[in-house]
Amino acid sequence: MENKTYTAADFKNASPVRWCPGCGDHAILNSLHKAMATVGVDPAMTAVISGIGCSSRLPYYMNTYGFHTIHGRAAAIATGFKVANPEMTVWQISGDGDGLAIGGNHFIHAVRRNIDINIILFNNKIYGLTKGQYSPTSDRGFVSKSSPYGTTEDPFVPAELVFGARGNFFARSIDVELQTSQEVLVAAARHRGTSVCEILQNCVIFNNGIHNHITDREYRADRTIHLVHGEKMIFGKEKNKGLVRDGFLLKAVTIGEDGYTIDDVLVHDAHCQSNFLHQQLAMMDGTDLPLAIGVIRDVDAPVYNEEVSRQVDEVRAKKGFDSLRAMILAGETWEVK
Amino acid sequence: MLPLRIVSVKFVIRLQMENPKVKTLDKVVVRFSGDSGDGMQLAGNIFTNVSAGLGNSVSTFPDYPAEIRAPQGSLSGVSGFQVSVGSGVHTPGDACDVLIAMNPAALKQNVKFLKQGGVIIVDIDSFKKEALEKALFSTDDPYKELNISAQIVEVPVTSMTKAALADSGMDNKSILKCRNIFALGLVCWLFDRPLEAALRMLKNKFAKKPAIYEANAKVIQAGYDYGHNIHASVSTYRIESDEARPGTYTDLNGNTATAWGLIMASEKSRRPLFLGSYPITPATDILHELAKRKDLGVKACQMEDEIAGVCSAIGASFAGNLAVTSTSGPGLALKSEGIGLAVIAELPLVIIDVQRGGPSTGLPTKTEQTDLLQALYGRNGESPICVVAPATPTDCFTMAFEAARIAIEHMTPVILLSDAFIGNGSSAWRIPDADEYPEIHPRFVPENLRDSWTPYLRDDETLSRYWAIPGTPGLAHRIGGLEKDANTGAISTDPVNHEKMVLLRREKVARIANDIPALEVAGNPDADTLIIGWGGTYGHLTTATAELNAAGTPVAFAHFRYINPLPANTADIIGRYRRVIVAELNCGQFADFLQARFPNVEIHRINKIQGQPFLVSEIVNGVNNIINK
Repeated sequence: MENKTYTAADFKNASPVRWCPGCGDHAILNSLHKAMATVGVDPAMTAVISGIGCSSRLPYYMNTYGFHTIHGRAAAIATGFKVANPEMTVWQISGDGDGLAIGGNHFIHAVRRNIDINIILFNNKIYGLTKGQYSPTSDRGFVSKSSPYGTTEDPFVPAELVFGARGNFFARSIDVELQTSQEVLVAAARHRGTSVCEILQNCVIFNNGIHNHITDREYRADRTIHLVHGEKMIFGKEKNKGLVRDGFLLKAVTIGEDGYTIDDVLVHDAHCQSNFLHQQLAMMDGTDLPLAIGVIRDVDAPVYNEEVSRQVDEVRAKKGFDSLRAMILAGETWEVK
Repeated sequence: MLPLRIVSVKFVIRLQMENPKVKTLDKVVVRFSGDSGDGMQLAGNIFTNVSAGLGNSVSTFPDYPAEIRAPQGSLSGVSGFQVSVGSGVHTPGDACDVLIAMNPAALKQNVKFLKQGGVIIVDIDSFKKEALEKALFSTDDPYKELNISAQIVEVPVTSMTKAALADSGMDNKSILKCRNIFALGLVCWLFDRPLEAALRMLKNKFAKKPAIYEANAKVIQAGYDYGHNIHASVSTYRIESDEARPGTYTDLNGNTATAWGLIMASEKSRRPLFLGSYPITPATDILHELAKRKDLGVKACQMEDEIAGVCSAIGASFAGNLAVTSTSGPGLALKSEGIGLAVIAELPLVIIDVQRGGPSTGLPTKTEQTDLLQALYGRNGESPICVVAPATPTDCFTMAFEAARIAIEHMTPVILLSDAFIGNGSSAWRIPDADEYPEIHPRFVPENLRDSWTPYLRDDETLSRYWAIPGTPGLAHRIGGLEKDANTGAISTDPVNHEKMVLLRREKVARIANDIPALEVAGNPDADTLIIGWGGTYGHLTTATAELNAAGTPVAFAHFRYINPLPANTADIIGRYRRVIVAELNCGQFADFLQARFPNVEIHRINKIQGQPFLVSEIVNGVNNIINK
């Protein structure tokens, strides 16, 4: 393979982008174009597969192979695609409704199998394309057109679902954090196995400002922490806050106060086999503890499509047949003359 | 010699005196019945294979309960396996000549399948008080209670099996598991089947358990010798063999045939075979077989549900594989939306529906043809699809191949409507030579169109679009479930374009009629009555046609394996007959389908919805009733 380099433009196509002006999806699309250029896989060797929803229109804006499918099923379709054509790099685009409600089953099973696809989960905590109903990530009590008195159910936390399904890669970003988004998408592409990138996305029309308590410039630095493998878990405008162990839990402290020094602050290990700490980091929600962005977990494990191919090769090497006829003739047969 | 306790000589001698004639039959039907754990299917299968190996044509009908292990000895737990062997065999037979009943419940459930003049063999050791009560007999004379006038051969199967294995060191439970093989040995003797082939099959079956093989080998010999020693009279049956086309044969059931037909299509199209599936009775054996066929490079994925089964296959199809999903009725319902995606994306996809009794969970292990309308119409929007239906167990090979060929060459989903009867049934099959099936030509984007190609550009003749395999430089494209512009392939909500695309998709499926064989007429083509069937009823309808003609009632017979589109000469053939009778295992779904297309033809119907195949006599009587009306 020649070592061609690509630019973001190589992954864009001429179709007019039809998302609402100001929609967070535009920023994610830009981040994806750039991430793909960085990863450097030929657009002809890339497939983008989506379900249904605003975010699922994304494949039409890519200069790659693309398949805009049906509601909730992108993970299953992407799984078949990858097993059938494992040379391709496969991206799956889903929203919180597509991926976690109607497609929840396919989502957890894709993660459990560890099929080598990169799932980008656009989380805006609302159904946008159907004009404003609560989603499985909407907070308890959330008022929407289908919950005029507030919801009476608890939401999924996508990360928790990933860990529950024994996921090996989870990362998070925010639509407006272009650098972080590119960083996690590149890491997702380079990870072998199912990668889940949750990107908090703002729906300007039906759920404007849903992530503001975290994403507002004013307090974003204090309410988020950008985790980087091998680096201290430090955050805050002044870069003077850190995460430390507090029994089995985590605690946010100010370095230099209450006897805490930089040595007490934890170092992020995204490659640790145990997901115990990863889960605690991923569950931080920006209230008592800062919301974690960046790559939270990135661990190697057997990959479904590789195992399928390996098994086919192994069986064929051991007792394979050249043709159906040869296989049948090796069984119970008789001659009629 | 094994120590045999000859217990029922008296009975057999009486039987010989009453029935001294040698019967020569062109075919004979044997029904093995017992508890669902008694191994009746294995015994029946081995008998079938041995017979097929002797050149008999065979047809089998496993009739088993949905419960894997119903309470032992209960009526609901009875499992049966009926096989017809001989020459000119097209069906497993309406009724059996010999019934083997391993316990009172089996006798009670199966005596209704015995022919007049047939013989019943029972394991008399199992006819104890407790067993009779479990089978809800109220007296200790089950024969009288069932009003049986047939000849009964009481064989101490259990005690003979125990005696044969007395020195084996096996525990009682393991010994009892060999009872079926004793019965098999006896039946082999009765019908002059040499034991070598049966022993070879047992050896294969228990290749990893030599001790079990040894025990079964001993027991089958004991059963055979028992028959010899008591001179059981039914051995006077001689079964004729078919004059089969020379070649190498194997015994093949419908579900395995389906799997193999797909593999053949994969070889002929040079497209890797992908199966996305989810276990469901009675289709699961297709998943089992294709999962085994990693030795031929098949990728079979057991997915998380039926929807993922079809969706993974759609993904694999987009990726360039010959993609298949297999299921039964309820699963087809779940796959509907996915199939609609394949319709609008115009991707090749084979959907196998091994029909069973419905609606809902219905009769999971029983056969029906009640999914026809679901297959034809069970999707939202104008959603035409190709539907084909195999006629016999071995025809599943050909029609699975055909389904794949049509899917690939016409860029469309194709539903293969098999059913429990032919899926589980088997017959002898001549292994085809490599060149007996045609090459399949995937419609890749032609070189000369590479620069101007758009996703919905079509081949003029077939109207099929082209298949641009992901990974091909220069052909990156986007498709999906939204309507597309016929020229550019971009999303389009233009009203005129939508109608144009709807009509193009319809015409594309209609033109498949130019690429399938013409409908043939069997029986007496000059009759004024035409019997019509489709799918798995072929054997019964063929036999009924022959019986009617032999009895002086001239009838013609046309059997449909291609349902949508219909063969191009359908109107011509149907128009030739004064009386058209559609016989099918539903309330008249194909009759309605034909009636809508041919409103001027009066279509009569013979229907059965009992989860069981037709009896030949039901068809014969039904046709006579219509003719004599």
